[in-house]
Amino acid sequence: MNPTAPDLNIPASDEREKLLERAMARHHNSGDALIEILHTAQQLYGYLSRPLLSKMARRLNLPPSHVLGVATFYHLFRFEPPKKHSAIVCLGTACYASGAGQLLAAAQQSASEGEWTLTTGRCVGSCGLAPIAICDGIPLARVKPGDLAAVLGGKHDG
Amino acid sequence: MTADGLRQSREAELDRQSRLKNRIACCSVAGCLAGGGDAVRAALAEEVKAQGASAEIEVCGTGCMGLCSRGPLVRSSAGEITYAEVKPGDAAAVVRSDLDSLNGRILRQSDPFFAGQRRLILANSGKVDPEKIAGYIAQGGYQSLLRATSEMTPEEIVAEVKKSKLRGRGGAGYPAGLKWELVARHPSATKYVICNADEGDPGAFMNRSVLEGDPHRVLEGMAIAGRAVGAQQGYIYARGESPLAIERIRTAIDQAQREGLLGGRVFDSDFHFRIDLRIGAGAYVCGEETALIASIEGKRGQPVLRPPYPPESGLWGHPTLINNVETFANIPQIIENGGDWFAGIGAPASPGTKIFAVAGRIRNSGLVEVPIGTSLRTILFEIGGGVPEGYEFKAAQTGGPAGGCIPAQYLDVPMDYDSLTGIGTMMGSGGLIVMDTSSCMVDVARFFMEFCMDESCGKCIPCRAGTVQMNEILGRMTSGEGKEADFAMLEALSGLLVEASLCGLGRAAPNPVLSTLRHFRSEYDAHVRERRCPAGSCRMGASA
Amino acid sequence: MSVRTLEVDGRTITAMADQTIFSAAWDNGIRIPRLCHLGGLPDAAACRLCLVEIEGQKRLQSACTTKVAEDMVVRTDTPALQAHRKLIIELLFAERNHVCSVCVVNGACELQTLAAELGVDHIRMKPQYPKLPVDVSHHRFGIDHNRCILCTRCVRVCDSVEGAHTWDVAGRGRNSLIISDLGEPWGESASCTSCGKCVQVCPTGALFSKGKTVAEMRKDRSFLQYIVTAREKRLWIAERKPR
Ligand SMILES: Cc1cc2nc3c(=O)[nH]c(=O)nc-3n(C[C@H](O)[C@H](O)[C@H](O)COP(=O)(O)O)c2cc1C
Ligand code: SF4
Ligand code: SF4
Ligand code: FES
Ligand code: FES
Repeated sequence: MNPTAPDLNIPASDEREKLLERAMARHHNSGDALIEILHTAQQLYGYLSRPLLSKMARRLNLPPSHVLGVATFYHLFRFEPPKKHSAIVCLGTACYASGAGQLLAAAQQSASEGEWTLTTGRCVGSCGLAPIAICDGIPLARVKPGDLAAVLGGKHDG
Repeated sequence: MTADGLRQSREAELDRQSRLKNRIACCSVAGCLAGGGDAVRAALAEEVKAQGASAEIEVCGTGCMGLCSRGPLVRSSAGEITYAEVKPGDAAAVVRSDLDSLNGRILRQSDPFFAGQRRLILANSGKVDPEKIAGYIAQGGYQSLLRATSEMTPEEIVAEVKKSKLRGRGGAGYPAGLKWELVARHPSATKYVICNADEGDPGAFMNRSVLEGDPHRVLEGMAIAGRAVGAQQGYIYARGESPLAIERIRTAIDQAQREGLLGGRVFDSDFHFRIDLRIGAGAYVCGEETALIASIEGKRGQPVLRPPYPPESGLWGHPTLINNVETFANIPQIIENGGDWFAGIGAPASPGTKIFAVAGRIRNSGLVEVPIGTSLRTILFEIGGGVPEGYEFKAAQTGGPAGGCIPAQYLDVPMDYDSLTGIGTMMGSGGLIVMDTSSCMVDVARFFMEFCMDESCGKCIPCRAGTVQMNEILGRMTSGEGKEADFAMLEALSGLLVEASLCGLGRAAPNPVLSTLRHFRSEYDAHVRERRCPAGSCRMGASA
Repeated sequence: MSVRTLEVDGRTITAMADQTIFSAAWDNGIRIPRLCHLGGLPDAAACRLCLVEIEGQKRLQSACTTKVAEDMVVRTDTPALQAHRKLIIELLFAERNHVCSVCVVNGACELQTLAAELGVDHIRMKPQYPKLPVDVSHHRFGIDHNRCILCTRCVRVCDSVEGAHTWDVAGRGRNSLIISDLGEPWGESASCTSCGKCVQVCPTGALFSKGKTVAEMRKDRSFLQYIVTAREKRLWIAERKPR
């Protein structure tokens, strides 16, 4: 819950910083646009570090606890650097009814190498192809636990 | 854009299309893309180029054609044929309309899946490229906005929507006309229109398919609403997990603005209307209207007590009209054909058509649009093709985590708001998940309870802590550790959540439990008293 | 200001038109249970303990946010309401770790008092026993999340009365947690003015003064009355401090 990221020490000339500044300026540094700006920041930096949150709080004139409170309410925001790869196992109703539970178990078992950020989704919109997992943006339709485990690079017993 | 400009661009595009020998429209929404639709489209374009037929054959994208389970789908305007399960290697055959080599994968409009439907909101899928505004205009798009700004007064628009008896498609089914009237009559100078595109029911993808497949229809509906209620600013609140829908909305807003269909002085009238996109970030509760408003304001998406309702005090305290994507998508045709025409479709008390996302244990899963009041049996067995071989239909879940299940004895129930409420479930937003004899109903209840627990905003105690305890009990039951006393506690907690929770999430969270208890009590008994799962599919399985 | 006459639990009472049912009842000695409401703070309507039945209305309404109306008939203590309240208290006890015997406010805790009043003597639910931190980094105060019921009184008093907005809620649902600033230890918070208002309004032992014995740790909310009254120059703060 607490963002415990190391200091980023972003140099002032950092391109990303300019883009973030621009995004905040576009919204007139208004606190109303906090969620939009958090999206932009996460896109630019990959995650929301504490210095980043602190900077946004100052620039948008918002209490720091409000910024962290908002950011942690929404599950799409990350507070740690993402791992090299990402996998999403859909746990929507259709996928669950088609065995996504076993899929998730297999993924959890095989993806413990520290290489994959494993998350679950609630319906990724392809219910006709359930169960589905998305690995690095590539959807695997009607995927079997063993096959997903293989993609995640681990061994899978079962 | 002017009225003439609209006519001209419509004629130009129709003319262009009429000179084509064939238009090959590839489904380009999430379902088919996940099945490799992009590669298919690229291969088709390549093939047309290779054959030197670029002048007479167009390869384009289009909205969801419905039969997602057999995607990627490709529709050929020559002969009105849809091909299923197309692979890049089929490109040559599709371009040549070589029906023999595509045998078994040819779908015709006369097939039960298509013939049983009435596609009004999805009328453009298979025809219009969602990334091109010209295609939408060619099909008569923005004509209704033209009428609404040049021929009708705001009062007349509201009257037409009232006459249509259109009910909100976001779940509760509140009459749209009444809501519009409330906002229209409010004296405030600042008002807002919000399109609720936060569709978060797990297993529902109607709204997102509409946005991905025909975004201009929703923008037009919103603009008409803006005109009717006197708002100058609209917001679409889209789900962060639907990147494609977000991209399509962005493109569509840009196009409409460039064409002068949004922005200042629409059709040379005194009507100004901007639409901005706001993106959610993974919180189901933000579909609830007061939470959604909080989220647009940059806050935690926590519901606030109503009243006041948004038409009185909504976004930044101003009167706000919130409707669902599909509600807005219905507006252009109501203005075009009149409220009476619309009121004549479907069930008398809830007219129109409804899109259902049919998924789960069913042969044809995908998007189905039928007149409201069509029986569940027709949807599942005629259109949906029934459950997989060797299994039997057990129940269908409607309304997602807020809804309930419909067991086999109610297969003939007409799917309309009031009939569904009558049997203890609800229409909801259109998710329809089919369960067969291999599905454990206690586990289904547990699944939805876990969902509500994860999605509870945490503000009020009954929902925050009550869902945890209910999930605890259902978890016990499905792992063979249920106790007799658990039944009483489930009931007491259900009562508490229904009556004491602050918002609709908590109030509806017990519904799947109550409904499965009502129709499948024997399955619960088997779990608790005999430590046995009749379906053999929950954690406990058949063995224990 | 016009006056309204209504019936609460069979008694006819009068109240100012802009009074809530809760405060009108309180003025007349009818104590509706509550945990999130505190006179002088903006209301969250979150604990749902103050729900009452109003004749002619399908839904239960929170007394702390519902205004009185002429001829309204209110019931505050029906068996159904009592059952709901008991369940809510049980849910709270099961949610975190409330070990009253070793709590600094033992004997002066609103949760404990309510439990006794409502006759909650055992918990029929599975305790969740979450592992939550105790933060004693502040030189004068401490926060024990195990005893926090997430009523957000501290958040509201800090924002709307002290104006510091040190506190907020992070996370959501069962994972909600009261945080100071960017989640750093309270003692390192730059915004905290050490005024102690949050400690005074906290209904449980979650927020406490350091170095006080159980007997000394009694909370005093009288300051809310004069601060808010002075600020608003209005004399409508009808609520007395609870014993
Ligand atoms: C927990 C919860 C989630 C909701 N999710 C949605 C949603 O995803 N989409 C939607 O249109 N309405 C949703 N609603 C209903 C909205 O609050 C609101 O009633 C609706 O957007 C009104 O539009 P309509 O009248 O066109 O249906 C939800 C309600 C609750 C309580
Ligand atoms: S019912 Fe649940 S989601 Fe709604 S306010 Fe209460 S805790 Fe939040
Ligand atoms: S710390 Fe005390 S006042 Fe603050 S939310 Fe928790 S229980 Fe309420
Ligand atoms: S439930 Fe997994 S894609 Fe819809
Ligand atoms: S005191 Fe009214 S809801 Fe908590």
